[in-house]
Amino acid sequence: MLHIYCPHCAEYREEEEFHCAGQAHIARPLDPEACSDQEWGEYLFFRKNPRGLHHELWVHAAGCRKFFNMTRDTQTYEIKEVYKIGEQPSVVAE
Amino acid sequence: MTQQNRLTSGGRIDRSKPLTFTYNGKQYQGFQGDTLASAMLANGINVVARSFKYSRPRGIVACGAEEPNAVLQLGATEATQVPNVRATQQELFDGLVSASTNGWPSVDTDVMGLMGKVGGNMMPPGFYYKTFMFPQSMWHTYESVIRKAAGLGRAPREGDPDRYDSINQHCDVMIVGAGPAGLAAALTAARGGARVIIADEQNEFGGSLLNGKETLDGKPAAEWVRAVVEELGTYEDVLMLPRSTVNGYHDHNFLTIHERCTDHLADIAPVNQVRQRMHRVRAKWVVLATGAHERPLVYANNDVPGCMVSGAVSAYINRYGVVPGNELVVMTTNDYGYQAALDWADAGRKVVAIVDTREAAVGDRTEAARKRGLNIISGSAVIEVQGSKRVTGVSVAAISASGSKVIGSVTKLKADTVASSGGWSPVIHLSCHTGSRPVWNEEIVGFLPGETVQKQLTAGGINGQYETAAALREGFDAGQKALVEVGLAAAEVVLPQAQMLKVAAPMSLFHVPHLKPTSQAPKQFVDYQTDVTAAGIEIACREGFEAIEHVKRYTAMGFGTDQGKLGNINGMAVAAKALNQSIPETGTTVFRPNYTPIAFGAIAGSHSGALFEPKRFTAMHKWHVEHGAEFEDVGQWKRPWYFPKAGETMQQTLNRECLAVRNSIGILDASTLGKIDIQGKDAREFLGRVYTNAWAKLAVGKCRYGLMCGEDGMVFDDGVTACLGENHFVMTTTTGGAAHVYEWLEIYHQTEWPELEVYFNTVTDHWSTATITGPNSRKLLAELTDYDVSNENFKYMDWKQITVAGVPARVFRISFTGELSFEINVQANYGMHVWEKLHEAGEKYGLTPYGTETMHILRAEKGFIIAGQDTDGSVHPYDLGMGWCVSNQKPFSYIGKRGMNRSDCTRENRKQMVGLKTKDPKQVIPEGSQAVLDPKAPVPMPLEGHVTSSYWSENLGHSIAMGFIKGGLDKMGETVYYPQADGTVIEAEICSPIFFDPKGERQNV
Repeated sequence: MLHIYCPHCAEYREEEEFHCAGQAHIARPLDPEACSDQEWGEYLFFRKNPRGLHHELWVHAAGCRKFFNMTRDTQTYEIKEVYKIGEQPSVVAE
Repeated sequence: MTQQNRLTSGGRIDRSKPLTFTYNGKQYQGFQGDTLASAMLANGINVVARSFKYSRPRGIVACGAEEPNAVLQLGATEATQVPNVRATQQELFDGLVSASTNGWPSVDTDVMGLMGKVGGNMMPPGFYYKTFMFPQSMWHTYESVIRKAAGLGRAPREGDPDRYDSINQHCDVMIVGAGPAGLAAALTAARGGARVIIADEQNEFGGSLLNGKETLDGKPAAEWVRAVVEELGTYEDVLMLPRSTVNGYHDHNFLTIHERCTDHLADIAPVNQVRQRMHRVRAKWVVLATGAHERPLVYANNDVPGCMVSGAVSAYINRYGVVPGNELVVMTTNDYGYQAALDWADAGRKVVAIVDTREAAVGDRTEAARKRGLNIISGSAVIEVQGSKRVTGVSVAAISASGSKVIGSVTKLKADTVASSGGWSPVIHLSCHTGSRPVWNEEIVGFLPGETVQKQLTAGGINGQYETAAALREGFDAGQKALVEVGLAAAEVVLPQAQMLKVAAPMSLFHVPHLKPTSQAPKQFVDYQTDVTAAGIEIACREGFEAIEHVKRYTAMGFGTDQGKLGNINGMAVAAKALNQSIPETGTTVFRPNYTPIAFGAIAGSHSGALFEPKRFTAMHKWHVEHGAEFEDVGQWKRPWYFPKAGETMQQTLNRECLAVRNSIGILDASTLGKIDIQGKDAREFLGRVYTNAWAKLAVGKCRYGLMCGEDGMVFDDGVTACLGENHFVMTTTTGGAAHVYEWLEIYHQTEWPELEVYFNTVTDHWSTATITGPNSRKLLAELTDYDVSNENFKYMDWKQITVAGVPARVFRISFTGELSFEINVQANYGMHVWEKLHEAGEKYGLTPYGTETMHILRAEKGFIIAGQDTDGSVHPYDLGMGWCVSNQKPFSYIGKRGMNRSDCTRENRKQMVGLKTKDPKQVIPEGSQAVLDPKAPVPMPLEGHVTSSYWSENLGHSIAMGFIKGGLDKMGETVYYPQADGTVIEAEICSPIFFDPKGERQNV
């Protein structure tokens, strides 16, 4: 079970309080109508599944209800950093 | 029968407290302080099990968690049955009832054993798969017979009378194991002021120090243990957990500890005590001081009762005062094996020989044996054992220096016990749990914990440090390191003086050679519990299984309840030899939680029965119960399903409830619908983005139905949203979808449109909702309010803030039945009051309470969908014939718009929602039935759609159904067929899903 630091609450809490909401940094196209079916399909369905560093969107569901980003190693489950929505990660895969 | 193997003195048992226990129906005696295993050995019980595959008699091999054979069924009554208990870990209590789990008719005379004897060579690895997999359909038949013959213990058939518990813990340092290393670490960390938890699976702390005659500071080691435990007890922040197995080491230093609180007291826990408790620990640092397990050697017939590991022999003598035989032969590859012979001789019984596989090893223990005049046979091995239910003798022969072949003639010796030691395997299981790969170490001939990302330290036997002095030193160092890591100052500890014994190098030998090749020699067991032999592993390698993980799965090595604690390393060594490669090249299998089997009760804790899951009740729940409601679970909610009167069938109840609504008035508790309060100057804009229809012009005081789609354009929820003020709305969602919708709104607001000023709050539980519906509902409402509720003043799709039954209410004039309806929302604590007032006043109209089932029928008569029943994530609004609820005028590309314009969503022949009228009006099509156009078409028939909702409509006098048909909206009047499992076919006509009041006049009066 992960031990997660909520950047909004500024506290470590148990994973039970959080939901993972999938890959982070997937921006909704500003003009969906301009997207081809393929582009829209990629936005909708295509996600990374890396072995190693991954940026994920999490929500402190049973806490402050706020979303935040997490950089996590999918192999070791180490959490490298958490950062707020709109911020960019400082730890990235090479 | 007396305890013939019990010594008259010594050991940590209390001879003044005799205990009676039962094994396979016979009564025996043991003492307070015994384990079930030590008491069985004291009584000379040789056979404790029949083996899994060959049904060979098996005896006790070890004295701890690694025991593969003495795995018993416990329990004096049906309800207290516990399977898979290791007799070596079960403390004896008075009245304990145990039984072996396999062997028919008994472990002593077993029918399958004969088959094992004759069929042994005919049962290679994969035997069951190869033999019984064809025809495949018969496997289940074979399986039940095979499983019964194999016997794996059984679950109780009655409910567990005991209580279980769980507790969350936090600490600076979690120490696993209370042997010399663990105790030294705990003492150091405690003195340094750290919050410490130290857990050990045994009934008392001390670990290996309790099993030998070692001294510390010149005094028996147990005295040092007592002093340390006493001191630890004085620290407020130190939690000591004996009888507690750290069963899992999870991510981020989260550990689960399985504490057996009262298993040692009685069959059932004493009143007001829990049987077992799960500690869920989050530790800043972890010290693994888990020690090591001794490896037995693999030699012919090494499973005959009387064959044990040497350390266990010492432990039974020193700790329990039990000598498990009369004439001992020791076979060892290292110095530690000599200890068993020394202890055996001290106990006054005969040591026949110490067979050392090494030539001329000289260490302090070997010299002690030599001085005692014990018969040491060097450069040799026990290549075979004689006997069936007990060892009767051994064959000893000289072997080559590499241990690969027999080079001398065979000498037979008479003996009843063989203690073997192939060295020690560090207990690295917990370290593996978090994904760390173990590393082979040639010097200690074993695997050590590998690199880890956890904040983990290791000390003592787990590092291959088997001498007490070294273990103490490592424990101390780990304690100091942990103190520094958690920000505390180093502590002052003076370690006790332990004897420093000289140890000669061990020999790397696992599989003892035989005169015959392995395939022809008598069975040489690697994994006792799953009956895997050296020959079996060789065959697996020959058949092409080269990866150790595949060898493991093919042979079943390590698949028993013991997870192969004794056998795995030997198995890898045999495989490495067969594949002609080194052990590191062969690699190792790793371990996962749990370390030892654990009762489901302990995992569930108090989350069982009524506490399994939270239940949600509406404010009117008590009334529903008192009025005989049958309930349906909707998410965690308990919703009234229907309200049967005495003597009614369910269908009769539904018919009565449906007629009451259409003819007069019914009442529904709609409190469970999700309610989300939405405020902010951009609330309206936000609604427009998450719903498919338009919200820009919804006036204050008005309600509107909305459909919610995903980005793929598929419907996932629906509901009515009311405009309370220019910047204030209240949204309703489906009962089951409330939490998801709430998070959906938040994620879009927080991650996509943070510039919108809008706030969400769930208010589901704050409001109670009573829906009155039917032609008389206005009359009833008028009686409870002074407000003018006429059609002119209170129009369809209006909401009003008025007073009902004396309390403030938000009344929504919306309808899910197609009848004139009012949804009366009041503060939840007034819910029951208003509900009762409605019933008092409504009695004269025959106000009829109804539940979810009648609600479903009435809405289906109107063709209203239920999201989640009529939708499944693959239908968009147009598929539902609800294009009227989709706006193409909105400037913002709302969620779902682009998705429902994908080419797949706009193609011809999509499945579309239609109504279905059966040819025989009395027939109700089962929900889920698949539609075909030609019921005589060959199987597999082309499928045209399926039924999502289907009921008997008493109002209409015929069945009604909703469902999907490919291109259905263009197929009105056509016939489709629904073949049933029983071979019959139901014929139906495609029609509009609005069966009743198609113009919607009744709700608008």
